[in-house]
Formats: sequence, C-alpha cells, structure tokens
Amino acid sequence: MAMKIGNEKFKDNVNKQMEDTFMRGAVAGAQERLRTRRLDAAEELGNWEEWRSHGEEIRQHTLDHLDYYLQELSENLQKRGGHVFFAATAEDANDYVKSIVKEKRAKKILKAKSMVTEEIGLNDVLEQEGCDVIETDLGEYILQLDDHDPPSHIVTPALHKNKEQIKEVFTEKLDYKLTSKPEELALHAREKLRQEFLQADIGITGCNFAIAESGSVGLVTNEGNAGMVSDLPDTQICVMGMERIVPTFEEFEVLVGLLTRSAVGQKLTSYITALTGPRTAEEVDGPSEFHLVIVDNGRSGILGTEFQSVLQCIRCAACINVCPVYRHIGGHSYNSIYPGPIGAVLTPLLGGYDDFKELPYASTLCAACTDACPVKIPLHQLLHRHRQVIVEREGRAPISEKMAMKAFGIGASSNPLYAAGSKMASSVMKPFTKDETISKGPGPLKAWTEIRDFPAPNKERFRDWFKQHEKESGKA
Amino acid sequence: MIQNRERFLANVASRLSRTEVLTERPSRNWNYRPQDKTLTNKTQDELVDILRDQCRLIHTELIETDSHALPNVLEETVAAYGGGPLAIWQDTRYDTFGLREQLQRWPEQGIDVHEWDPSIGHDNIGIVEQANIGITFSDITLAESGTVVLFSGEGKGRMVSLLPHKYIALVPKSTIVPRMTQAAQLISKQVQEGKAIASCINFITGPSNSADIEMNLVVGVHGPVKAAYIVIEDR
Repeated sequence: MAMKIGNEKFKDNVNKQMEDTFMRGAVAGAQERLRTRRLDAAEELGNWEEWRSHGEEIRQHTLDHLDYYLQELSENLQKRGGHVFFAATAEDANDYVKSIVKEKRAKKILKAKSMVTEEIGLNDVLEQEGCDVIETDLGEYILQLDDHDPPSHIVTPALHKNKEQIKEVFTEKLDYKLTSKPEELALHAREKLRQEFLQADIGITGCNFAIAESGSVGLVTNEGNAGMVSDLPDTQICVMGMERIVPTFEEFEVLVGLLTRSAVGQKLTSYITALTGPRTAEEVDGPSEFHLVIVDNGRSGILGTEFQSVLQCIRCAACINVCPVYRHIGGHSYNSIYPGPIGAVLTPLLGGYDDFKELPYASTLCAACTDACPVKIPLHQLLHRHRQVIVEREGRAPISEKMAMKAFGIGASSNPLYAAGSKMASSVMKPFTKDETISKGPGPLKAWTEIRDFPAPNKERFRDWFKQHEKESGKA
Repeated sequence: MIQNRERFLANVASRLSRTEVLTERPSRNWNYRPQDKTLTNKTQDELVDILRDQCRLIHTELIETDSHALPNVLEETVAAYGGGPLAIWQDTRYDTFGLREQLQRWPEQGIDVHEWDPSIGHDNIGIVEQANIGITFSDITLAESGTVVLFSGEGKGRMVSLLPHKYIALVPKSTIVPRMTQAAQLISKQVQEGKAIASCINFITGPSNSADIEMNLVVGVHGPVKAAYIVIEDR
C-alpha cells in the first residue's frame, strides 16, 4: 500500500461508505469524544491561542530554515554514531531500507505506527524481499491481520472497525477463543506480539519530531510498542518526512504538548522517547546500529509555494475530528492514507491532481479545521486555493460544475436566451417539484438532491416582480 | 555515514530561494512564550498536589513517604503488586535512600531481585522480560502530566521500565518540576554545554494504554499494565 489506497472513483467510494452505518456511527462517536477531549485539554492548559501562535511560529521558522536544521540534525546524529540517508523519492528510501535488510540478512522486521512508511509503501517492498513485517501498534496490527485493510484515520487507524469485527479477525487469524471485550483482545495482542519483539532482527519506526541540536528522534506513543521496536532489535531504522523537525528540545516540548492535547486530549502520552543514535559502549540494551532515513517524496515541491503552510502539520488529526464531511464519508473515501481536511490539502500536492482532484471539493469550507489546527494551518483557505488552481491553472473543474457554468455562460450572455430560460425554469422543473421543493432532481441536480432538497424556481421571476412592484409604487 | 545530503539540501535551499545551503544558525526570536507563565511560581508542595491530582487521571497510584519509611512502603507496594521477580537498575540511589537492606532481604524471602548487570550483556533482557515488577528512580518528574523522565546509561537499562508486567517509579521529591518545559530546558542546556545526552530519554506517563478498539481505553497493552509512583521526601 502506498499513499493511494484504491483505484475506485471518489464518488463510488463515497456512495459505498455512506451505506456503512457502523462506520458512520463509529466515526461520529469518535469525532465527538476526541473533539471534546481536545477542547477540555486546551482549556485546562490555558492561553491556548498563545500556545497555537507559538506552535505556528516554531513550525514556520523551522520550514523557512529547513536546509540549516536538516544539516545540523545529520551532523549531530553522525557524531553520535548514527547513519543518515537522504531520500529524494519513495523508491530511494525503500531501496536504502532494503539494502540494510539484505546486509543484515534480516527476516523478522517489527514496525511501530508510521504514516510516512505507509506513504512510501515500505511494507510491500519488504514483504516482496521475503521478510516477515509485523505492525505492533494495536490498531495497525488489527488492520494488517485483516488482509491489509487500509487505515481510515491517522491517529486511530482502525476507527472504522467495531469490536465484533476485530474479534472475528482475531478468531480467524490468531486462533483467538475469547470474547469481543477490548481488554481481552488487547491482552491477546500483547501476548502474541511479546514473542515477536524478542526475536526481531530490525525495528522500524517513524518520527514525530527530530531534534536538530542533538541529532535525536522523538517518538510519541501510548502502548509502549515503539520503545520495544526501537530498543530490542539490534538494528533500528527510523523513517521521517523531511519537515518533521524542530530546532531544540525546547521547541520539541511545545509541539509535543500541542500534539498530545490536540490528538487525544492527553497532557502527554504514556511514552515519549528521545533517541540519540545507537546505544553507547557502556550500554547493554538499545540498537547497535541506528539509521535515519529523511524522506522528501514531493515535499520540497511544496516548499516556497502558496501551499507551504501545509508542511507545518504535526499529524494530530484535530482537523479530521471536526470535519463534517469526514464525519459522513469516513476515511476510506479519500482514497489516501491522509484523509480529512489535511488529507484533502496534502494528498493532491504529493500525489497530483490526476488522481485526487475531487478531494479539495470534499469540504464545506466551514473552517472548523482551521480553527482546530494547533499550528494554525489555514486549511480551508488552502482547500479553496486548490479549487482555484484546479479551475484556473489546470482547467479541470468537476464535469458537472463545468457543464453548469458553461450552460449558464451561454444562457446569461444572451438577453433573449436568459429571458426565455428564466421564464421556463419553473415549468421545466414542475414534474420534480412538490411543496415548493425539489427532492429528486434530474441531471446535475441529482447529487445535491440526494442528500437535501432544492428550492423550486419561483413561479414569478424577479424581473417580472420588480417591474410590477415599480409600477405599483408609481415610479415606472 | 551521511549519504546524498548535498544534492538533497541544495534542492531544499533553492526551493527556499537560497543559492546555497544556510550554514549560519538562524536566530529564534519568538513572539510568544506561553510556557514561561504556565505553572511557574509553584512551591514544591504545590507541585506534589498537582502530581497527585494528575496521577488519578493516568491510572497511576501515588504513594507519599519519607526516606525513613521508604523500605517498608516499597515492600508493601511490591507485595500488593504480587511480589517478584523484581528487576532494578544498577544505581547508587538505592543506597542513598537506604534500600540496600531491603534489596538483600527480598531474596531471603524467596523474591528474586535482578540488578541490571552490564557484564552479562544481552542476558539482562531475558531476565527482565520475566520480571513481575520493574523498579527505577525518576531522574526528573513532571507534575503537570504525571511523568517520570528516565535517562538510559550503563547500569540503567531501558527495558527495566518497559518489559515487566508492572512498574514502580521512586520519585525523590526534589526531582519534581512543573512541566516538560523545565526538563526540556535542562536537556537543552546539557547539549549547549557540549555534554553527551543519554542515548535514550524516556518520558513515561503511567501504564501503557490504547484506545484503538472502538475508542475504549484499555490500560496495559505492550508496556506495563499497572504503575505506581512513590514520592520520597528528600529535602
């Protein structure tokens, strides 16, 4: 699986997902809880707007000086005995990881949840090499067992599944015999994975924030799996998107606090780990080899453009948790591992408009995402900007919009045509009209009226009413 | 070894409208510093109050004692958690806080104590994995979030706090600071002074947990399923 998770059309995905009533209930409930927790955590902290502004200025500063900080990070990690590989493309990154796997003759590879490794499709590549790749985050583990079901949320990837479905997966794949109680399911995963942790050859993690001043990699988790993945195998590989970096521990602290509060409403998650290179000569546990893979894969193409602020993202999913569109269509509809408002902005930038031009339209531009973002990315403005680019620069508005605009253009540019059209509107639409509204519209109106009514054209045209009104008031 | 850096960073620099990669440290003049007014000016006792309240939220038992009563309190806590085997760091603080006798008494009672032993290398991990309880000191303690900060080192194996079924942190009261801000400043200062920071700095906040199944909180996933902090009056 790479960033794109299927070949279906956006509209077909939406139609399919809208019928999944469990998923829609689960998403709505999760949004509600996560949103409330975030608001409570922000209120408890106090000065939230100031914290957001500080988060924003840190991210902006880091992006504006990204070349400096990446240089500093790599220098410092090298001083501590770590290896750094700069990967311009997904292929470069995968090839490098593959070369380490070959060199170590590794068979069993453990992973902690990482969006960037999903983005570059690393698991597929390693499995083709004959490796046993095991996801250890509970949500990711469930999805992997279920024949690689794609994630539907960037923080809680198995959000679309209920506990009965998870129990079925465990029963089928792990010979599980207990109930669907989350505690029993989690305990079973703990027991199964514990043995894997002790036998793994290589551990692969993502990176929440690298710290330039010390050459460290910061990991933010709750389950305790990341520590086992990074410290039990003898070789550790950390894969990071090139923008996921901060200057010093002081900024690390600010962004971690914004991330944990915005993602799950916790002051800090259970495990926050700063790893600096391999274990030292005196130490016994921890990896003896440490590799950091810094991935561009389209990110530099966003730097210096009007979309640069999307790289401020700290992957907390607060925007996803407030989005009314995500609430209804769910994560899989976006056809990308990055769903919701952030996905609708980022996915077309990384994956191109050919496959993802519908996504910027999967938004009501209500700006709830922008208000929720802890680092103040103007998400709804970026979505709007995407639409402008799609129409103006790319000349490819959605077909229905194009047809409607073209028809309106022809109709409105000619006086007699406009007069005739507006006169006809009410009688043409009459077969579809009931109680002054249209519930089942034809042609381009269909998509609208599937989910809400459209007001029927007024029988009296404005221009006729105006003429009459002027006459009555004696001005004509 | 660093590979492919030059071309990669030249591209980044050019996207940022620079002809060359920036080599001078950019100055960081922040307009906002909310951390300077968050939980500052608290006394040590007030910080313990904050820590106590937070521990309730993170499913962590908080026990307060002094160094005189510590051996008994630790013995009781270990018993309440089901006894041994125990795994501990090789750490002079067990002596400083008068725990050496207790550490010797446990084996006499049939409770195994494994002190992290660098001389046996990787074998430590197998032993620690079998432990019922891991016990370490906290190097820095964050009141706001209920977090113990552990620096890895020669006798301070990373796995002691992670692999055993339960975890007990010994928290000298003097290690308590308001929040992560102060820990970050301390670590950053070490870096600026040219000191090598610990290869693994762990910020641990209660037992491991997950909400990946229907958003239900499950306490105890891959790491410990239970955690207790013993705060020791040391000043």
